[in-house]
Amino acid sequence: MASAMTNPLLQVDNLNMYFPVREGLMLRAKTFNRAVDGVSLQINPGETLGLVGESGCGKSTLGRCIARLYKPSAGTIRFQGEDITHMSARALRPFRQNIQMIFQDPMESLNARHTVGDILAEPFIVQGIGDSAFRSKRVAELLNTVGLPARSATRYPFEFSGGQRQRIGIARAIALNPKLVICDEPVSALDVSIQSQILNLLVDLQSEFNLSYLFIAHDLAVVKHISDRVAVMYLGNIVETADSEIIYRDAKHPYTQSLIAAIPVPDPQRRAQRIIIQGDVPSAINPPTGCHFHPRCPRAEARCKAEKPVLRELGNTQFAACHLASG
Amino acid sequence: MSLLEVNKLVTEFDTDEGVVRALDEVSFSIEPGDTLGIVGESGCGKSVTALSIMRLLPQPIGRIVSGEVLFKGQNLAGLAIPEMEAIRGNDIGMIFQEPMTALNPVHRIGKQLTEGLMLHQSLSAQQATVEAVKILDRVGIPSPDIRMGEYPHQLSGGMRQRVVIAIALVCKPALLIADEPTTALDVTIQAQILELIKDLQAEMGMSVIMITHDLGVIAETCNKVVVMYAGKVAESANVIDLFEHPAHPYTQGLLSSIPRLETPPKSRLPIIEGMVPGLRDLPPGCRFSNRCSHASNVCTQSVPQSQLVSENHTVSCTRWPQL
Repeated sequence: MASAMTNPLLQVDNLNMYFPVREGLMLRAKTFNRAVDGVSLQINPGETLGLVGESGCGKSTLGRCIARLYKPSAGTIRFQGEDITHMSARALRPFRQNIQMIFQDPMESLNARHTVGDILAEPFIVQGIGDSAFRSKRVAELLNTVGLPARSATRYPFEFSGGQRQRIGIARAIALNPKLVICDEPVSALDVSIQSQILNLLVDLQSEFNLSYLFIAHDLAVVKHISDRVAVMYLGNIVETADSEIIYRDAKHPYTQSLIAAIPVPDPQRRAQRIIIQGDVPSAINPPTGCHFHPRCPRAEARCKAEKPVLRELGNTQFAACHLASG
Repeated sequence: MSLLEVNKLVTEFDTDEGVVRALDEVSFSIEPGDTLGIVGESGCGKSVTALSIMRLLPQPIGRIVSGEVLFKGQNLAGLAIPEMEAIRGNDIGMIFQEPMTALNPVHRIGKQLTEGLMLHQSLSAQQATVEAVKILDRVGIPSPDIRMGEYPHQLSGGMRQRVVIAIALVCKPALLIADEPTTALDVTIQAQILELIKDLQAEMGMSVIMITHDLGVIAETCNKVVVMYAGKVAESANVIDLFEHPAHPYTQGLLSSIPRLETPPKSRLPIIEGMVPGLRDLPPGCRFSNRCSHASNVCTQSVPQSQLVSENHTVSCTRWPQL
């Protein structure tokens, strides 16, 4: 849990990731897609920060910036106090051990031509750790840790089901004992009965290896289940962050409230008379003025159109970027 | 008489490794005005059920082997192709999961909407256009007359799904089959689309088959539910009975394994061990027996028969009375 005494494992300040939109004969970038626009967050050791939002809100882009798969346009990313925002690929290499990723579609993120043993041995080869005997021992250990039989090492990804492939992706991510694992929609492609198996595995691994997670997903119930804190993104901005228990009981931002209200509840007795927000998520190339959410917001006033709200503390480590929210 | 009565429907597919039985004696029925949910995990046969009813099984590899699909008393399984074409899109509409692949990318929205009206209801192009604009307006598309001249790629995902719904409903069908209509959409858009389907159903008095893997969607929209597992109906009941008194161990497992907003964070979720078996290596007897925590010898020895739990609530589990 957040405490002023611990140094954060990851500290992100005012991060921007603008993608140029090239047009015309000269392919000049006249406009930018502001996928991530001034995001700040921190993750403490052993903590899970859930990042939730709809498609196009910038949550995956943010995750990829933190893993330094993208080079951010502005802002800083500090890992264990060290600035990794602009590090070269070579200087980054030792950090890569500590920051790993799990992707949504394990079929696309595993090399189909390599055996599972090769896939899991690769991180050790890249980092120059151990000899081949050591590697095969670690591969067997990793398979055991994620609940796959040791004979899986000689088989290929296509021979496994979706849930098993996600276990392979997880084994690869934890191979080098990372400190931070960025999970980008790790259970969205899985069946309901397999989702819960993978969520349990992630929780177990966290306590066993003291991992921190950045858990990116669109399903608020899943995010809330696995996270200590939750950050809600809308059009490149974090609009609310709070402890996961608080956010679903007492969300302050109208967007968070409507996200929660939109979740279909698996209880026919509690069919909600819900407030359904209208319209689509606008484009991040030309976002609305003021508060980005104002065209869809049921409570919007004149001020919301003119002035962009910043995150304000509303008590109890809860922050919301809304002019109208109160603690 | 039920609007639709599916009776011991068996559907098979030819594959490289031989014939697989994707549906094995599936039965259920829908009354006028019902919303029936079909829920299950991938490979359980829920989409094949929809395709079998619509006679849209992939050709030549898929076929209905036996059983009946009685729609207003007429057996769709035995109809000749032209007779079926007169029903499809006219009396039975269908919404697919992915709105981009359901729409033809090279035809304008207007053409795709008026086609059915001109074909099934012999309207002139002008009359059809009037009707098409009306339904586009009804499904919540702003400036519908302009949208008629646009192509699918010019619309957002939510808007495309509204167009797909408009096409399915333009001939005012008695039955709408919605196959994962909101799975590809964001949660706030999903809420809009589910609300729209509900409103249109009340307005037009049609019945709906809602196919989904999401028990939340079932609880919000349906009054009857069929739970499928590996090509068979595991349980069927009205929605409140199913969520409050699930009888089949699979239904119980599914309901307890989903994370809910009220479960404490990082608590262990109850799980169903193992994974859905492939249709080629099903366990003997009950198809759920290798994952079921209540399974005993009897479960692998005989195929469970459907038993009555209470009125309108049936379960296919041999050990159900002892659980």
